[in-house]
Amino acid sequence: MPSLNYVAPTTVSDAVKILAAASGPTRVMSGGTDLLVQLRTGRLKPELIIDTKKIPGIIGITQNADGGFTIGAATSGALLGEHKALAAAYPGVVEAACLIGSTQVQGRASLAGNLCNASPAADSVPAVVAAGGTVTIAGPGGTRTAAVESVVTGPGRTSLAKGEFITAFHLPPIVGKTADAYLRFIPRTEMDIAVVGCGVSVTLDASGTITAAKISLGAVAPTQVSVDASTIIGSKLDDAALARLDAAAQAVCNPIDDKRGTIEFRTKVAGVLARRAAAIAVARAGGRK
Amino acid sequence: MSKIHVSTTINGEPAEFLASPEESLLDALRNTLNLTGSKEGCGSGDCGSCSVIVDGRLVCACLMLAVEAGGHSITTIEGIATGDKLHPVQQKFLEHAALQCGFCTPGFIVATKALLDRHPDPTETEIRYWLAGNLCRCTGYDKIVRAVQDAAAEMRGS
Amino acid sequence: MTFIGNKSDLRVVGTRPVRPDGVEKVTGRAVFGADATMSGQIYGRVVRSPHAHARIVSIDTSKALALPGVKAVITAADLPNIPSEEAFVGEGPMNFRDLSLNVMARGKVLYEGHAVAAVAAMTDAVAAAAVDLIVVTYEVLPHVIDVEEAMAPGAPILHDDLFTAGVSPKPTTASNVAKQARFTIGDVEAGFKAADVIVEQRYTTAPVHQAYIEPHAVVAAWGADQQCTVIASSQGHFMIRAYCAKLLGIDISNIRVVPAEIGGGFGGKTVVYLEPLALALSKKAGRPVKMIMTREEVFRATGPTSGAVIEVKIGATNDGKITAAQAVMKYQAGAFPGSPVNPGLMCAFAMYDLANVDVLGYDVVSNRPKVAAYRAPGAPISSFAAESAIDDLARKLNMDPIDLRMKNAAKQGSKTVYGVTHGVIGFEEVLAAAKSHPHWTAPLGKNQGRGVATGFWFNIGGESTGAVFINEDGTVNVVSGSPDIGGSRASMAMMAAEVLGVPYEKCRAVIPDTSSVGFTHVTGGSRVTYATGMAVTQAAQAVVEDLKKRAAMIWDISPEAVEWKDGQAVPAGANAGGFDPLPLAAIALKAAKTGGPIGSEISVNAQGAGPGFGAHICDIEIDPETGHATILRYTAVQDVGRAIHPAYVEGQIQGGAVQGIGWALNEEYVYNKKGLMDNAGFLDYRIPVASDMPMIEAVLVEVPNTRHPFGVRGVGEVPIVPPMAAVGNAIRGAIGIRMEHLPMSPPRIRAAVDGAKMPKAAE
Repeated sequence: MPSLNYVAPTTVSDAVKILAAASGPTRVMSGGTDLLVQLRTGRLKPELIIDTKKIPGIIGITQNADGGFTIGAATSGALLGEHKALAAAYPGVVEAACLIGSTQVQGRASLAGNLCNASPAADSVPAVVAAGGTVTIAGPGGTRTAAVESVVTGPGRTSLAKGEFITAFHLPPIVGKTADAYLRFIPRTEMDIAVVGCGVSVTLDASGTITAAKISLGAVAPTQVSVDASTIIGSKLDDAALARLDAAAQAVCNPIDDKRGTIEFRTKVAGVLARRAAAIAVARAGGRK
Repeated sequence: MSKIHVSTTINGEPAEFLASPEESLLDALRNTLNLTGSKEGCGSGDCGSCSVIVDGRLVCACLMLAVEAGGHSITTIEGIATGDKLHPVQQKFLEHAALQCGFCTPGFIVATKALLDRHPDPTETEIRYWLAGNLCRCTGYDKIVRAVQDAAAEMRGS
Repeated sequence: MTFIGNKSDLRVVGTRPVRPDGVEKVTGRAVFGADATMSGQIYGRVVRSPHAHARIVSIDTSKALALPGVKAVITAADLPNIPSEEAFVGEGPMNFRDLSLNVMARGKVLYEGHAVAAVAAMTDAVAAAAVDLIVVTYEVLPHVIDVEEAMAPGAPILHDDLFTAGVSPKPTTASNVAKQARFTIGDVEAGFKAADVIVEQRYTTAPVHQAYIEPHAVVAAWGADQQCTVIASSQGHFMIRAYCAKLLGIDISNIRVVPAEIGGGFGGKTVVYLEPLALALSKKAGRPVKMIMTREEVFRATGPTSGAVIEVKIGATNDGKITAAQAVMKYQAGAFPGSPVNPGLMCAFAMYDLANVDVLGYDVVSNRPKVAAYRAPGAPISSFAAESAIDDLARKLNMDPIDLRMKNAAKQGSKTVYGVTHGVIGFEEVLAAAKSHPHWTAPLGKNQGRGVATGFWFNIGGESTGAVFINEDGTVNVVSGSPDIGGSRASMAMMAAEVLGVPYEKCRAVIPDTSSVGFTHVTGGSRVTYATGMAVTQAAQAVVEDLKKRAAMIWDISPEAVEWKDGQAVPAGANAGGFDPLPLAAIALKAAKTGGPIGSEISVNAQGAGPGFGAHICDIEIDPETGHATILRYTAVQDVGRAIHPAYVEGQIQGGAVQGIGWALNEEYVYNKKGLMDNAGFLDYRIPVASDMPMIEAVLVEVPNTRHPFGVRGVGEVPIVPPMAAVGNAIRGAIGIRMEHLPMSPPRIRAAVDGAKMPKAAE
């Protein structure tokens, strides 16, 4: 019978060494909430699991001097939800992380796991992408930084090279009237995988006009997709802008029919969520100084 | 790989056991440690029947490897009561008839304790969303929510 | 049998004490099937078909047998090839040969998940590895899932020896239609001619699973002397005993089944899956065998209920009198005959006093797991159609939907389409309580709608045994043969305490194994409080007679001169003698001197179970852009006869209502093109979660059933009958569209809203 090995290195460099040297199928584990399910169904058959949670700093949230945030890759959604400064600055990111699964799942699930599991429907990804998040990646060549949206290349696939793993997420400082929001559609009120997810970040000028925006859709394409922000930039999100946004959101959808939603339904709801999430983000940004 | 030696604390007592890497914490609790109060309803983290508290955090034991338990403090349903004195949450579940078959009940009680330890005065909506990861097929949740509200009131000393 | 009519005379019945098994359930000490162990046990797993329909060409077990740690492998060859035999042991008709083939395929697999072999090994991990080493060669056959496709000419035929029953002359071509059944009274054609208004609609429903949270589990040991012990969760340990004896060809007295606590059943555990396999493996391995299903196996390989197609037509005159009701119902049975189409036919219009009714039904096999009972089997499906149509009828007549039902309500003396005349029933009282409830007239907002629907279930009686034993210290053991799935142990203790006149806490209820108490039919059919309660009550009454005799002996007077009051023997009047009352405990102390141990065991075949009626009011809000439905408020009114323990009666109503809401909104089996279930887990088989639901207000109407000493009517099944139509009628109110397919999930609601908009867009 094939057997499974487990290690829990206590430094980044040890983790890199083990990961780079592993010859068989290997998985890095943070919260484990996706990994254990896939182990049990046999969808994944790793020979080695590398648990990162004993590495100092891999769990924890710091607000940097410039006001931005550094989030340890294995930090749980529950910890994100309890961090007052983070929740105030990035309510959308925090909402998204706290929608993953259940309270129990949020007690373990991490941004790194949610990202690197690379499900098209991952809840946190559209929110972190819209927020302009970046990741620090450790590997045999040292550390590098990458935009979050560059990590996932397809369902179940990432751009991480052999020996690489994510050690931290970074969110830029909130400047001026900038705020984010995340909405998802699910048939029940909790527990479901997103049928459509939408993360929006907007920046307003003093008059309330949108000067910058980023809109990311999840679960409607093999990876998250960006919606054309020019549809709302320069507007105060009036009805015409909302209609343009709705149409643009529907236009970038390339979903599948599956047990969670049809192509037609996902496309229509993408437009609906884009409008609604943008409205929330604009309202929040308007309330900032 | 041969089994890994795990040293942990369960319900306030030191516990040591051997675990294979692929075993979940739930497997270890039920099959190795003979703590069968935590139940397996799905094995995939969708039903909450295996809810336990790890370092004060509510989690599904089926979503943790047994080998991850080392060095942590775990509370299971078996540790909720104090001796023969039931915890208020347990008492209120009984008084409100908040269980019918009783299979999901350990998970709900552990999840409720985790809720009230952090949020002593939750609204009905907050209770329902916190407990959304605990499935019950018998009660329709009504009496469970009432039991939680009553336990919260009692624990606040109202 | 005396009917204790006056509620104010009752001291214990009607109160809400803590259940006797409560502490062990809230502390995690209660032993469910998967918690049980036997010394030396090994672990069993099942090899299951990956195909929806296939011939088994060969099974090669050699590699599995060679794996270290494997102790036994079985296939159908290890089980007796039993002949066809009809039985009624579970909650419906059962053919033992079909059951045997369902438990282990022989020659053909008929659904994805169908068991073809089983293995037992020293550890569960070795057993799982051995499953992968068993090589089954299949010849894949075309499959059919949908009920009308299965009925169509040219459909793949599941059984060469299945000819449609109920058709004359008997057909000679094999069919997937196992049975045709019809009930008719009056003349529906004349009734429709007389109608001013007719509603006609076609509905489809998808298969749904009972979705109990506890997967099936068993530990079984086959002894060298043929004596077997089985520990299993079930809704009937006598059923397990009977089925295992039949399937394995052993004497019933050689099997002892111990009822573990059961984590939900709802009908789905009134049948066996693992138990005969565990015994057969144990026989071969010479060790006890423990088997637990995974959640995925529960979905793929245990009986959900039918999906169906129902065409309904109802006619009425302008004053609201229904002149004719007609329906054609096609129910999926799964791989073997036995869908609940008959109860579906019988219940759809049973709430109404109608002269002209014609209901025709088909029991159709298809390549899915064999259906098992699910809470009022058959009735929720046909009521969804009938009660949606009644709602449309009310709209066409411009009549209040409760008033329409009141105008046609069944009452004592009304004849049903299946021939039974209603006795004392509470439907009119239920309707009146619904109409006068504040929910019915509460204001509604934008995109919100209100629906009402009613339901009926027969409830059964049947065979039960109850016993009451007085201990030496005057405390009481109450014993019965019904596994407790929802708090019935408390009710048994309460009824005994009421009759004996002692405190509830002095009566402890237990459910022993099949060798220790008399035969008892399954915990299902809403029968336990009725039939087992009747047996326990009669046993308590017999004990009271004995206690009076003992007192008479102690006082040296005639037994006729002794009465039993408030737990004590008292002289019946001044002439009997000036004796101080003798409490039960005092008599118990003298039991040895007055004849020996005091106790009574009574078996009944309870007749006179009274049917139940319910009316549910549902408020819903629809988000027209996403199709999302939110249940805002839900009230469930039901005639419960007499509530022995009101909290557990309310619990049955609330639980059944929420199951029905899940059935209405999001639950369904999703199949891919290969006939394989796509959503075999709780992530994508979506049952309601706590945040989906509001409080469910249960309104208990009590119209006692005088055939039971305490007036009990069964309550457990009625609550799941009205919800789907109540939800559908509420959606109709909210968005003005009649939903014809279950589940009424968001994509369907959004599509319906879009479809309704399109004519407007063209204007």
